[in-house]
Amino acid sequence: MEAIVVQGLRKRYAEVQALDGVSFNVREGEVFGLLGPNGAGKSTTVRVLVTLTHADEGTAAVAGHDVRREPNAVRRSIGYVPQDSGVDQFGTGRENLMLQGRVQGMSGRKLRQRADELLQLVGIAEAADRVVKTYSGGMRRRLDIALGLVHRPRVLFLDEPTTGLDPEARVGMWAEVSRLAEAESLTILLTTHYLEEADQLADRLAIVSQGKIVVEGTPAELKANLRGDAVQVELSDGQLEQAKVILATTGAEHEAVLGERTLVSRVPDGGAALPGILGALDAAGIGVATVAVSRPSLDDVYLYFTGRDFTSEDRGE
Amino acid sequence: MTVLRHTWFMTVRQARNLMREPIWIVLLLVQPMVWLVLYGQLFHNVTRLGGFGTTSYITFLAPAIVVMNAFFGATWSGMSMINDLDHKVIERFLATPASRFSLVLSQIVRSALTAAIQAVIILLVATALGVRIHTGALGWLAIILAAILVNSAFAGVSQAIALLTRREATMIAVANFIGLPLLFLSTTMIARSQMPDWMQSTASFNPVDWGVKAAREVVLPGTDWSIVGTRLLLLLGLSALTAAWATRSFRAYQRGL
Repeated sequence: MEAIVVQGLRKRYAEVQALDGVSFNVREGEVFGLLGPNGAGKSTTVRVLVTLTHADEGTAAVAGHDVRREPNAVRRSIGYVPQDSGVDQFGTGRENLMLQGRVQGMSGRKLRQRADELLQLVGIAEAADRVVKTYSGGMRRRLDIALGLVHRPRVLFLDEPTTGLDPEARVGMWAEVSRLAEAESLTILLTTHYLEEADQLADRLAIVSQGKIVVEGTPAELKANLRGDAVQVELSDGQLEQAKVILATTGAEHEAVLGERTLVSRVPDGGAALPGILGALDAAGIGVATVAVSRPSLDDVYLYFTGRDFTSEDRGE
Repeated sequence: MTVLRHTWFMTVRQARNLMREPIWIVLLLVQPMVWLVLYGQLFHNVTRLGGFGTTSYITFLAPAIVVMNAFFGATWSGMSMINDLDHKVIERFLATPASRFSLVLSQIVRSALTAAIQAVIILLVATALGVRIHTGALGWLAIILAAILVNSAFAGVSQAIALLTRREATMIAVANFIGLPLLFLSTTMIARSQMPDWMQSTASFNPVDWGVKAAREVVLPGTDWSIVGTRLLLLLGLSALTAAWATRSFRAYQRGL
């Protein structure tokens, strides 16, 4: 059963084609990541799916309901945690939760119990009756998530759940999201521009770039598309050209030269290739200062599929 | 039904937030008190000019100050909407089945409730200063109703402007732009017969003046309830119109998302 079905979404804002034919499916119970740099169209996709805005073309269904024809049915089935909070800062955590529950049609003891349960679940029970203005960024984010969960939705949308959190809080939030997905048997769609985050959390992910889905798959599948591990050799005395020739004889595929003395090559299995590479360089009398092997990262995947560098694109360069 | 229930939930939220910083209610009352007490004393001889229907200027002034206060409060009511828009509170509710209309209506209701509470306080102070409302409880009710209706009529305008411009600076400019002119083009501080002709005729179209007329009518001797009734009905109609405009503006805001 598909929890989210998206077909051919297009949307234009004045001069910008925000969505340029976005299609993907999310299965029930999975954590699906939309990964892409700022401005790629992730948030716009989410805003269409949570009924905040309409696409110019294409269709989308969430929890079996068309977002255009049955927006209220969609709204009852989903939790939406927007990129920038949305909590009432002058209310307490509990008051925010109770109001959210009420507009979702809950009331009485059931609602009070659910609010207590969620405050425990996200770990802000002690701060429940304090005004949100006094919360830390991490606590506020936890409350945001609790707000999205109050009516036991089937699908939860997390738009950039960890943006603005410090690294420690971010790792904490990852654990939280995984735990919640489990505890509430949720389907989660999250957007992120952190490659690590997508790698950590998502069962499957789609890379979004310039309003299009570039590629879709599990993190492992996407990385498997690359030609193997990167071996980075820093030479002690230069001799780049000679070293390149020698490396080629070991079967390593030359990829790039970094700076004055460092060569990057690709090999199917970095660990196994290393003794051969070092032996050959040593036999030729070329000194090696440092050597490093790295597994392909989503950075590499992004570069591979879009031909662009993720980090510089994210900064808008 | 859903609209009313949701309006209630949203209004409770706002009332609670307001009560959490009750200093605001006091601060907001400083201005009308200055008008009532200082201005009322300063000009107490003005009734000698005639046409005031009473020799006590503060009796003439007090019901009008209640309405003026409600009017000024209304011109600022959009600030609370802008705050909610800025903090994405509205956006969060839009992704729920919350009634759209209740998001706008609750802002107007909150504003009108504040005006009603302030009306009672101003009237109590006025009573302490010797103002007598000879029509009794019904008279109090009419004055409070005038305050509520003047407030909701202009709160609708303020909400619409907030939703269309989404900027505090614009709100402040509009509040200042309409505030004093509408005050001076009314009989709030002076008897109609003492106004220049062109101002008298302009005042007839000024909703602030409708409220002042209704409120003052129940205080001055020889109350004509038909004057009270027609002015209140006019204000009710205007409130419905501006609330409709605010709701339309809300749709425009949603389309722009």
